[in-house]
Amino acid sequence: MTAAVTFQSVSRHFGIGPAAIKAVDAVDLTIAEGSFFAMLGPSGSGKTTCLRLISGFEQPTSGAIRIFGQDVSAIPPNRRNVNTVFQDYALFPHMNVRDNVAYGLMVKGIPRSQRYAKADEMLHLVQLGGYGDRKPGQLSGGQRQRVALARALVNEPRVLLLDEPLGALDLKLREDMQDELKSLQQRLGITFVFVTHDQHEALSMADSLAVFNQGKIAQIGTPADIYTHPRTRFVADFVGSSNVLPPALTKALGGPAQWSSLRPENTRLAPHGPITGTVTALRYLGAATRVVLKTGETELAALVPAGRPLPEPGTGTSIAFDPKDLHLMEEN
Amino acid sequence: MTAPAILPERGAADRLTAFFWRRPKAFLALLLTPPLLWLGLVYLGSLATLLWQSFYSIDEFSGMVKPELTLKTYAELMRPANFDIILRTLLMSTAVTLGCAILAFPIAYYAARFAKGRWKAVFYLGIMLPLWSSYLVKVYAWKLILAKEGIVTWATEATHTSGILNALLALPVIGGNSLSTSYIGMFIVFVYVWIPYMILPMQAALERVPTSMLEASQDLGATRAQTFRTVILPLALPGVIAGSIFTFSLTMGDYIIPQIVGNSANFIGMAVYQLQGTAGNTPLAAAFSMVPILIMLVYLTLAKRAGAFDAL
Repeated sequence: MTAAVTFQSVSRHFGIGPAAIKAVDAVDLTIAEGSFFAMLGPSGSGKTTCLRLISGFEQPTSGAIRIFGQDVSAIPPNRRNVNTVFQDYALFPHMNVRDNVAYGLMVKGIPRSQRYAKADEMLHLVQLGGYGDRKPGQLSGGQRQRVALARALVNEPRVLLLDEPLGALDLKLREDMQDELKSLQQRLGITFVFVTHDQHEALSMADSLAVFNQGKIAQIGTPADIYTHPRTRFVADFVGSSNVLPPALTKALGGPAQWSSLRPENTRLAPHGPITGTVTALRYLGAATRVVLKTGETELAALVPAGRPLPEPGTGTSIAFDPKDLHLMEEN
Repeated sequence: MTAPAILPERGAADRLTAFFWRRPKAFLALLLTPPLLWLGLVYLGSLATLLWQSFYSIDEFSGMVKPELTLKTYAELMRPANFDIILRTLLMSTAVTLGCAILAFPIAYYAARFAKGRWKAVFYLGIMLPLWSSYLVKVYAWKLILAKEGIVTWATEATHTSGILNALLALPVIGGNSLSTSYIGMFIVFVYVWIPYMILPMQAALERVPTSMLEASQDLGATRAQTFRTVILPLALPGVIAGSIFTFSLTMGDYIIPQIVGNSANFIGMAVYQLQGTAGNTPLAAAFSMVPILIMLVYLTLAKRAGAFDAL
């Protein structure tokens, strides 16, 4: 498989000298063609800057970016066959939906009848057939999102960039759009690069993902890989509601003096388990109840399936686990 | 002790708030009556009187105003000498508006898109500062600058570019003896005094165009020129129109600059001034004052039909 996008120790610094902000710091990255790639990280971690480096709205301070093998350092955004779905959709308010979608074809000089036919086809693809004559202001947030998607796809880009496209939608709509985006990507076979700070979104949609932290990639891999084997303490913290055990506790449990993680679903309440603590909170999740207990300075969560007896808050209890589920990590 | 569910009334201000809370319409009436009285009676009323007077005529023998409705005065307005004045004013206003728009756009664009913090303050100060000094002083200063013995002539001589200046002045109609006695000079002074009224609304309009919209255009393959034509200009157009209303109508009605700078050809404002004062021909003065109003109405109708306000 060819690489759609490669970063070769790419940095983007804002400002100069030691005070420079390293938004992206020596990042190496390969995004496979036809994949659904997610960039996950907290705000300010460099994921959006990486996206803007691919679209060309930022230029690297150092390093090389290649799109399908071609160096793009001297190519402005309008000549990159890469399109973006913007976070605020950025629909043109003075044009109707059809003209918005046909914009990319209009600037290429494609005749009106041809570009309108293609625009209507795109609107059908995102289930907005018949909305062509409306103005963006007359659409709901979810509909605007679809128009932005159709507009970005009309040029048949090699790579589609999505900058937190679902952030402004409510939960139900967001879940529908997640499914729809995924199936759209599979149907079209275009490489999707998706920026999000929502770990569930990244894990459920992506074929592979990169977790960003402070301008660097903390870990890159498949969702299952990252979920079950977080490489660092940051990834475990950020990606899942995993228990992060400090070195002292890992050592007390028979491991080396290293940070480790333990999934709540891999633990059970047991009368004489190796970890003892005081129950501080119970959270009912439907199929299970999340029991939080405090041992020393560390808070750990265990999942108790529905129907099992639950401890009272404030009482002592202990949890047991299979030693192979204790996963060792680096600190950073 | 628990706090009371209803807080005690503190006095007249609370009673007034309660009164208006129960009767929101009374509040609206109180708010709007004074300005509506002003606008309706003083402002539009006097304009209506003016319109009315333009249908009066002047008795050619006695020079007295005859208070009978007639279209005679408007026929007089269409006489070649008077029509020339209208045409001249219209052309100058159009040229000044275009000149202001072209010069103002880069300034407004810079201020809206790039100027931050202190530079924004410098921008506003730079635009507003000339407005604080007397209009008359500025116009006289310009007369000196543009005069034959003025700094412009001197500078062109010192830089051996008097050829350019002389070529400009040799142009038919708009040229003249010196800049201060030509239409070119008048144009320069008009653009100078009215340009702030173009920059400010333009800048306000450009500020409302989000950067992501320009990026979206570029992202979809548009060149800079295409982005300007299809995104920036249409979105900034309401601001450009607002600015042009100012520069256009201010030029149409001005009667001081054409008196001080230029070849003393008559303009609408000057004609009104003379007819009203020395000639005592109030009906014709009124008819002349109706011209800019009609032109502006036509202009706005055309602008609306062309979709200039679609982005509002």
